[in-house]
Amino acid sequence: MSAFAGLLRKEWLHIRRDRRTLLVVIFMPIIQVILFGYAIRTDVSGIRLAVVDPSPDASTLELRNRFAGTDAFRVVRVLPNAGALDPLFASGAIQEAILFDGDFGNKLARGLPARVLVVVDASEPNSGSAMESYAIGVIQSYQRDIATKGGAVTIVPEARMRFNPTRASSNLFVPGLIAFVLTIISALMTAISLTREKETGTMEILLVSPLRPLEIIVGKVLAYLVIGFVSVLLVVAEARLVFAVPLQGSLFLLLAEGLLFILTSLSLGILISSRTSSQRVAMIGALAGTMLPTILLSGFIFPIESMPWPLRLISNAVPAKWFVLIARGIMLKGVGLEYLWPQTLILLAMTVVLVGAATRSFRIRLA
Amino acid sequence: MAVTIDSLVKRFGETTAVDKVTLEIAAGELFGFIGPDGAGKTTLFRILVTLLLPDAGRATVLGRDVTTDVWELRRRVGYMPGRFSLYPDLSVEENLHFFASVFGASVEAQYDLIAPIYDQLAPFKDRRAGALSGGMKQKLALCCALVHRPEILFLDEPTTGVDAVSRREFWELLARLKGTGLTIVVSTPYMDEANRCGRVALMQRGRMLGIDAPSRIAASFGRPLLRVRADRRYPLLLATREYPNAATVFPFGDVLHFTDRRDGLPPEEIARELLAYLHQRGFADAQVEATAPTIEDTFMARMGEPEKAA
Amino acid sequence: MTAPNEVAIEARELTRRFGSFTAVDHITFDVRVGEVFGFLGANGAGKTTAIRILTGLLSPTSGTARVAGHDVYTESEWIKRRIGYMSQKFSLYEDLTIAENIRLYGGIYDLSKDAVRDRMSRMLSRLGLEQSAGTQVRALPLGWRQKLAFSVALLHEPSIVFLDEPTSGVDPITRRQFWELIYEAAARGTTVFVTTHYMDEAEYCDRISIMVAGRIGALGTPAELKQQFGVETIDELFVRLARPTAGAA
Repeated sequence: MSAFAGLLRKEWLHIRRDRRTLLVVIFMPIIQVILFGYAIRTDVSGIRLAVVDPSPDASTLELRNRFAGTDAFRVVRVLPNAGALDPLFASGAIQEAILFDGDFGNKLARGLPARVLVVVDASEPNSGSAMESYAIGVIQSYQRDIATKGGAVTIVPEARMRFNPTRASSNLFVPGLIAFVLTIISALMTAISLTREKETGTMEILLVSPLRPLEIIVGKVLAYLVIGFVSVLLVVAEARLVFAVPLQGSLFLLLAEGLLFILTSLSLGILISSRTSSQRVAMIGALAGTMLPTILLSGFIFPIESMPWPLRLISNAVPAKWFVLIARGIMLKGVGLEYLWPQTLILLAMTVVLVGAATRSFRIRLA
Repeated sequence: MAVTIDSLVKRFGETTAVDKVTLEIAAGELFGFIGPDGAGKTTLFRILVTLLLPDAGRATVLGRDVTTDVWELRRRVGYMPGRFSLYPDLSVEENLHFFASVFGASVEAQYDLIAPIYDQLAPFKDRRAGALSGGMKQKLALCCALVHRPEILFLDEPTTGVDAVSRREFWELLARLKGTGLTIVVSTPYMDEANRCGRVALMQRGRMLGIDAPSRIAASFGRPLLRVRADRRYPLLLATREYPNAATVFPFGDVLHFTDRRDGLPPEEIARELLAYLHQRGFADAQVEATAPTIEDTFMARMGEPEKAA
Repeated sequence: MTAPNEVAIEARELTRRFGSFTAVDHITFDVRVGEVFGFLGANGAGKTTAIRILTGLLSPTSGTARVAGHDVYTESEWIKRRIGYMSQKFSLYEDLTIAENIRLYGGIYDLSKDAVRDRMSRMLSRLGLEQSAGTQVRALPLGWRQKLAFSVALLHEPSIVFLDEPTSGVDPITRRQFWELIYEAAARGTTVFVTTHYMDEAEYCDRISIMVAGRIGALGTPAELKQQFGVETIDELFVRLARPTAGAA
C-alpha cells in the first residue's frame, strides 16, 4: 500500500474508533437542523394583543372578532382607554395594541375616516415589522369586505413602534449581545480554568490541602466575577458610545443585574468542569451548554414565541433568556425592578441552585 | 507508627492497581517504594494522602484513618505528586507563598526548614516556574510541600525524568531533612536510589516483592551470583546463555550477572566451570568471579515473568 | 582515522542558536557504522536539539553534519528516509492494532506488501507476539509497547536508528530485553544512537558522549572515560562533569 493510501486508511481507522467524535459528527447535524429549523421563525404567532375600544359598537366588535379569530393574535386585554397601555407594554404583558377611534362605527357609516392606531413593541427583533403587517393585514381585509358590501370605507391604520422608534437593529441585538458575551466569558473561562488545574496536576495539591471545595469554587468565581464585571462595563460602554443604544433605565440596575448574570454563568461553568478532566472536553461542554442555547433559545435573535412549545419550555431553563428580557427592559423600555423582579428572582434562584450543585458535585477526592 | 496499611486493595476496571498491600512505616523513617511504571506506587500514595478511596482494606497515617479523617490529615501531610505540579505561570516566590497561605502558614515562619533547599532557588525567585529546569522545578516542589511543616512527607517519583546530578542533589536534601525527624515516604523507579533509604518496599503490579532494609533485601538473593566480563560483550551474552547450566544471564553495565541452575555448589566451583566453558568458546580474556547481589538482582529474581502481552 | 564509508554520523563544529541562546555549541564527533553510541547529558544540555538536527527536523545555525552520508542542510528528506526513530513520547498509534501500525509504517517507508508481511511475521515471532497481531496497542503493557516500537522503527531496515529515552519507567527485566534487541540490531550492522537517563545503560554502549551546556564534555568508550576521570561508574563521571554548572537553573 502506498504511503499516502496508508495515511488515509489510518485517519479513517482513528475516526471510526473514536466513539465520542463519531457521536458528535452524526448527531450534531441532526440536532442542529431540528433546533435551527424550529427556532428560526420569522413569522410570528400568538401575538399578545390589547384592544382599546372607547365606544364599542357593531363595527368594532366585528373587527375585534377578526383579530381574535386568527392564530396570529391572542387578545389578552380589552380596555376603554389608552391609559393602561404603558405598564402593559413595559411589563411585556402585551406586544401589540390596536386603538379604535371614538365613535368608530358612526364614522364608518357616515363615510368619514375612521382611525385605527396600531402600536407595536419594537424591542423584539424580527417581530416588530411582522406584527405590524399582520395587524394591518387584518384591518385591510375587513376594509375590503365592507367595501364589497357597498359603501366607502376609510380606515386609517397608523403604526407606531414603541421603544424602538427608529427600529435600529443594534438596539435589538445589543442587549442580547451583552448576555451572549458574558456567558462566553464566564462559563467558558471557569470551565477552562478548572480543567487546566486538573490537567497540569495542580488540582491534586489543592485537593490535598485544607482548602474546602467551597473555598476553591468561590475563589475561582470571585476572580472571574471581577473580570466579568469589567466586560459588562466595556460592552455597555461600547453599546452606548459606538452603537448609540439608548439606556432609558437605570445604569446601576443594569450593572447589578449584569453581575448577577455573570454569577449564574460562572456557576454553570463550574458545574460543567466539575465533571470533566480535560480542557478540550470542558470547552466543548461549555460551548454546547451555554453558547448554543444562548444563541438559539434566549430570544436574543429568534423570537421565543414563534417556537414550538417544547422549545419554549426549554428556553426557560436558559439563564440568558431571562437576562435578555432584563437588559431589553432596562435599556429600551426604561423599566426598573418593579417590572423586572420576577426575572431577577428567577436568575437569583438559578444561581443558588447552580452554585449548590457545583459544590455538591465537586469531588474532594480523585475517585 | 506513622503509616499503617492493612490489606489495601484498589481496582480500576479490570486492573488491580494495589493488590492486598500490608506494611508499616515508623515515624522518622526514610522509606522508599521501588518499582517500575504501573507498579501501583502512585495509586497507593493517592490513597494514603486521602485522594482516593480504597476498594478494600484499611490505612492510617499519623494514627488517623485515611478515609474518615480527611481534613485532619490534609493539614498535617505534605504531598508532592509526580510531574511537577506547580503553577507554571507563577514565579518561584509566588508559588511558595501560595502554598504556604493555603495551609495558613507563612514562608518566614517555616524558613529554617526549607532554607537549605530554597537557598539554591533564591537567585531565581522571580522566574516563572515553567521556565525552570527539571532539577530546579523539583526542588521548588519540595519546598512547596514542606512550607507548612508537615509531620510526614509523601513524594511521588520526585526524581523521574531528571538528570543524574539533580537526582543526587535531591537525595542529599532528603537525607538532611530526615535529620529533622520528619517521616519521608518516597517512590522511585530507579533501583539504585533504593540504597538511599532506610527501608524499602519493592513493588511490581500492585504487589510487594519484599519489604526490608536495602542491604538485607539484596542479601536475601539466596543464590550464588557471578560477575562475568569480556571484551566482546554481545557475543559473550549469547555464549553464556547457551551454557547448559545457566539459569539467568543478565547484562549489568559492563558485566553480566550469572546464576547457575544447580543448587548447593560453592561459587568458586561454578566460576571455574563457567570460565572453562568460556575459554573453550573462544573468550580468552573472560573473567568470572563471585559478586554481591544488588537490590536490582533481587527485584528481578522475585518479579517473575514480565507481564504477558495479551 | 575511520574511512568515510565507516562513518554513520559525522558532526563538525555543529552549532544551533535560538536568538541569543546557544543550545548546541560547536560540537564535533563521529559515530561509526554498527556502533551503539550513547548520547548523554542533563536536561537542557542541548541533547534534544542536537538530535533534532541529526534527524533532519531542525537545521543548524553553523557547522556541518552528515547522517548516513547525507548533508543535514540540503538532504534532510533523504535522512528521514534512511533513519529510524523512536521516542519516549510517541511510538505507535494506540487505537490501531499491532498489524495496522506495522502496515502503516511499511506504507510510509515504501515497502512492498510482501516485504511488510515477511518482516511483520519475523518481528512478531521474535517478540513472541504472533497471537497478538490484532490487539490494539493501547492494550499492551508499557514494556511491550517499547519493544514493539523499537522493532517497528527498524521495519524499513534503516542504517541508523535514533532512540530517545526508550526505556523510561520500564521494569528491569524488560529493559534488558530491550537492550538485547539493540545488541542484535547492532550486530546486524545497524548503527544505534541512543539517549538515556539510566547511567548503567550508558555502560552498554560502545562509546558515549556527555553534553554539558551545549558542548561535549566527554567522548570515548565507558572504560576509557572512567579511567581518564578516575571514577568507578558513569554516574560519578556525570556528576564530575556536571558539577561546575550544577548551580545553573
